Amino acid sequence: MSDTHLAEPSGPKPKKVLCRTNIMLYGTLIIVSMYYLLPLYVMVVTSLKGMPEIRMGNIFAPPMEITYQPWVKAWSQACTGINCDGLSRGFWNSVRILIPSCVLSIVIASVNGYALARWRFKGSELFFGILIIGAFIPYQTMLYPLVIILRELKLMGSIWGLVLVHTVFGMPILTLLFRNYFASIPEDLHKAARVDGAGFWTIYFKIMVPMSLPIFVVALILQVTGIWNDFLFGVIYTKPDTYPMTVQLNNIVNSVQGIKEYNVNMAATLLTGAVPLILYFVSGKLFVRGIAAGAVKG
Amino acid sequence: MNTQKTSVAIRDLGLSFGSVNVLNRLNLDIYQGEFLVLLGSSGCGKSTLLNCIAGLLDVTEGQIFIQGKNVTWAQPSERGIGMVFQSYALYPQMTVKGNLSFGLKNQRMAKAEIKERVARAAEVLQIEPLLKRKPAALSGGQRQRVAIGRALVRDVDVFLFDEPLSNLDAKLRTDLRVELKRLHQQLGNTMIYVTHDQVEAMTLADRIAIMKDGVMQQLADPNTIYSKPCNKYVADFIGSPSMNFFRGDITNNAFTLGEKTVDLVGYDFKAQYSGGAWFGIRPEHVCVAEQAKSCDFNAQVVVDIVEPMGSDTLVWTTLAGEPFRFRIEGQTDMKHGDTVTVGFNVARASLFDVDNEVRV
Repeated sequence: MSDTHLAEPSGPKPKKVLCRTNIMLYGTLIIVSMYYLLPLYVMVVTSLKGMPEIRMGNIFAPPMEITYQPWVKAWSQACTGINCDGLSRGFWNSVRILIPSCVLSIVIASVNGYALARWRFKGSELFFGILIIGAFIPYQTMLYPLVIILRELKLMGSIWGLVLVHTVFGMPILTLLFRNYFASIPEDLHKAARVDGAGFWTIYFKIMVPMSLPIFVVALILQVTGIWNDFLFGVIYTKPDTYPMTVQLNNIVNSVQGIKEYNVNMAATLLTGAVPLILYFVSGKLFVRGIAAGAVKG
Repeated sequence: MNTQKTSVAIRDLGLSFGSVNVLNRLNLDIYQGEFLVLLGSSGCGKSTLLNCIAGLLDVTEGQIFIQGKNVTWAQPSERGIGMVFQSYALYPQMTVKGNLSFGLKNQRMAKAEIKERVARAAEVLQIEPLLKRKPAALSGGQRQRVAIGRALVRDVDVFLFDEPLSNLDAKLRTDLRVELKRLHQQLGNTMIYVTHDQVEAMTLADRIAIMKDGVMQQLADPNTIYSKPCNKYVADFIGSPSMNFFRGDITNNAFTLGEKTVDLVGYDFKAQYSGGAWFGIRPEHVCVAEQAKSCDFNAQVVVDIVEPMGSDTLVWTTLAGEPFRFRIEGQTDMKHGDTVTVGFNVARASLFDVDNEVRV
């Protein structure tokens, strides 16, 4: 229309890019992310330098000559004690600990959570309460009793002993997680399935599990990062041959003999941290979806 | 309604959660092919009763018979019932076809038979084009139809409905209500239907059971419930807007209403009664103007609020110090401050004992 007054507000409000709010907001975000990313940057840069370059002392400077030797050494040549096959041994130990621990703890906890959420029995609340208390007891108090239990079970020092420990310690928090998620699935669905003649396991496998992908992903991430990063249980319940990666990393970095090879240490640390890091990147979206549980509706 | 054969029988049924009695020694006989509506406000125990019949809740005492078989301890799937839920409760990860056949697969039925039954149910409910879709891709009405289909394929004797239309919008609710009635006529199954909506109850039911606090108040056909409510609660609950009530005394076959008296000669007393009473008259049974003059009782009232609703108009006034509503035809020029003559016949009124609120 020709008689629209151009001076008067009309349509979308114009936005200023460089206003005080934006400067404050993005300024803070940039500073905070630099604060968190700087150590990572130093690690990556250092791991790509040779020792002579490191001795020059410019820790923030990018490498003048990129070398992958420290990574190779960290993976396959670094010595811990009498073994000189690098972190690879620890990596495979960790994988062998991680997979059964994750599978066992998630399978058992999800069935637990399902039973506690949907098949209430006499004393189920009490049982759940006891389980949750388990999440608040400091691990340290249980270390020695567990040593005795594992010794009696003849699992001390073996990978399966550690798997058992991880499975048991994952139980309280995972059960809570699954119980709350399953409780948010409408009860009518459960009733409808019962009218349709489905029993405990049919409802679990055909109705509950297919609807619960996000919470399984959350549980998986919690367990993978938790178990992978575990040091305490690993160092206590395994022996040098079966040490997980974190323990081996510590032994490499803290070895007191010879010169400190900072580049190898950095590479070894990055290698150890890679698994949880990659997992977070890959599953970020699903993780958020699962944490905001109950967002999935039929 | 088939006259005698009983489909579902409930004997002295009781259910308590701890010390709270939700259902109290309930007895109910539902006939073969009957459409019974359990009606009540929320928390009255109607859904609980339905869940007990379905076997989803364990009863504390009493027995339940379905088709002559004692099913008190039977699993829901063994009772010969199909159930439709308010939230539809469709399995979101399965297609419509998967939803319909889930129960049959659990029975380990032959594939050909499953296919045939699904096809038949889909035809009856006209959901054939939807069979490959997931519930998320269906509208509310379509979802509800699939939910009914899930009960239909199982070829059961008794259908249980737990407020199936409450999640739908008003227009769709009206449409599906008619469809449900048609389905009932077509199938002839026994249907037990829980609702808090009195219009659904009045239109669908062969008989209505009105419940309050786990106790059955009245069990009768809709007409009786409407015109001869057995107590004040039922009278107040049924009808919208609800009945006008006046507190007074009955002496010598007359009711004192403020300064006036209402002659009760035309009222169908159960037994001779005198003493304190509630007098109830429905807004739609009030006559105005010329018609009012020929009624058993008439009085002058001043119009306070007029609510035109198209097909009819609701007028709020005050009579004998009590709020008094009446309903007249749609087009009217009545307005605030007008004085009108209103009247009613005592034959259409209901009288209740003040102490126990039972009809007299």
